[in-house]
Amino acid sequence: MLPQPASLIEEMAAGLNRHLAERDIQDPRFVGIHTGGVWVANSLLQAMDLADQPLGILNVSFYRDDFSRKGLHPQVRPSQLPFDIENQHLVLIDDVLMSGRTIRAALNELFDYGRPASVTLVCLLEINARELPIRPDIVGQILSLPQNQRVKLTGPEPLAIELRNLDQE
Amino acid sequence: MNPACPLQLNDHGRLRHFLSLDGLPRELLTEILDTADSFLEVGARAVKKVPLMRGMTVCNVFFENSTRTRTTFELAAKRLSADVITLNVSTSSTSKGETLTDTLRTLEAMAADMFVMRHADSGAAHFVAEHVSPNVAIINGGDGRHAHPTQGMLDMLTIRRHKGDFSQLKVAIVGDILHSRVARSNMIALRTLGCPDIRVIAPKTLLPAGLDQYGVNVYHSIEQGLKDVDVIIMLRLQRERMRSGLLPSESEFYRLFGLSEQRLALAHPEAIVMHPGPINRGVEIESSVADSPRAMILNQVTYGIAVRMAVLSMTMSGQNEQRQLDAEKAAQQQEAH
Repeated sequence: MLPQPASLIEEMAAGLNRHLAERDIQDPRFVGIHTGGVWVANSLLQAMDLADQPLGILNVSFYRDDFSRKGLHPQVRPSQLPFDIENQHLVLIDDVLMSGRTIRAALNELFDYGRPASVTLVCLLEINARELPIRPDIVGQILSLPQNQRVKLTGPEPLAIELRNLDQE
Repeated sequence: MNPACPLQLNDHGRLRHFLSLDGLPRELLTEILDTADSFLEVGARAVKKVPLMRGMTVCNVFFENSTRTRTTFELAAKRLSADVITLNVSTSSTSKGETLTDTLRTLEAMAADMFVMRHADSGAAHFVAEHVSPNVAIINGGDGRHAHPTQGMLDMLTIRRHKGDFSQLKVAIVGDILHSRVARSNMIALRTLGCPDIRVIAPKTLLPAGLDQYGVNVYHSIEQGLKDVDVIIMLRLQRERMRSGLLPSESEFYRLFGLSEQRLALAHPEAIVMHPGPINRGVEIESSVADSPRAMILNQVTYGIAVRMAVLSMTMSGQNEQRQLDAEKAAQQQEAH
């Protein structure tokens, strides 16, 4: 049974509030990784009653570590960070954490904008296939998938999780 | 190499060299513009660098003098984290073909990943791309009268950012079309991107033969040609290229074809003015027009860096992809045996 994003996000909102309170982090800035992370971020901000908060959008295409093998994705979009990063507490949001390389790329990119005070990582799903020592601070659900399967978030309305078979693509 | 594939494109139709806009599909040109938009955002950050070409070497080989193009290519490569070497190669040579291949062999010994070339002979960049080792990318920084594809693309980015949809625009290119590789690249780009009214304004002596293939409307009167246009691209009078008296004098040119305030008033009230630079004040363009808020001349320089970052990274990407494809093909052939 695949999880329902809506209920996951409610739990994640509660978890994030607790996490931030424990660390005395007030008024962090939210950054979503394009595209799925932005959808999750918008949903999360709604659930936390922060819908009018500015949301940063990160496009990590220029920071990926597979450029020399795969090249540039044909549809890059500009990153948009409408706030200062320097000394700012950040909440970084992505839809699916798998190898961890996207998050590494996102961190590298964020640090080119400035030096954040902290980065809290929130992911809707974690697939048990990490290749780097990167874990989310808040996660909706952890899944284990067979080698030939991937999970994909569709959206933005409604958010839904789909299973994809690699052999069929 | 797949014989059905044009020289510039890899097996998947992505850029592997950037030589000319001729034959490139609209989707690809649009992708260059979209990618350039993202790089413009990088240029607005505190740290204006992305790690895409880290550890790669880009060699600028300029057989013709240029400050503007050379420095923007250097900046573009550096902002992609590449290492950059610039060679100003003297043009004193006996036989052009011979020198080019000899120079090429010397340059290849430096193991650069990419060469940005500017040369006085049309076709030079194509020639080099045909003879260079696989996995080395050639970017045309201007070859003779033939093409200046990065200038064409930065002009298109300027138009798209300030004027929007090409299919709604009237664009005029004014001046020494005959000797201008910028004009050629612009005409091709505008047509590919769907501009329905491309106007070329010049005296007969400064127009090349065979303009019909470009699908442009020719005007010999600037007053006629500028009526209601949305974009005016002024070209520099290329004195160094004119071997015979194609014009009486510069002041005569200004009198007949210079962009004065009065003539600008004939265009659409929100028309923009562009020029590849460097400008000759009082020859192609009145000083006050060049300094007016409708002139995009300095913006073009900023856009030029972003466009060159896009072209360099997309070409490197296409080279990487092709190398991967070739490796996979070789592995499959191995298995078959």
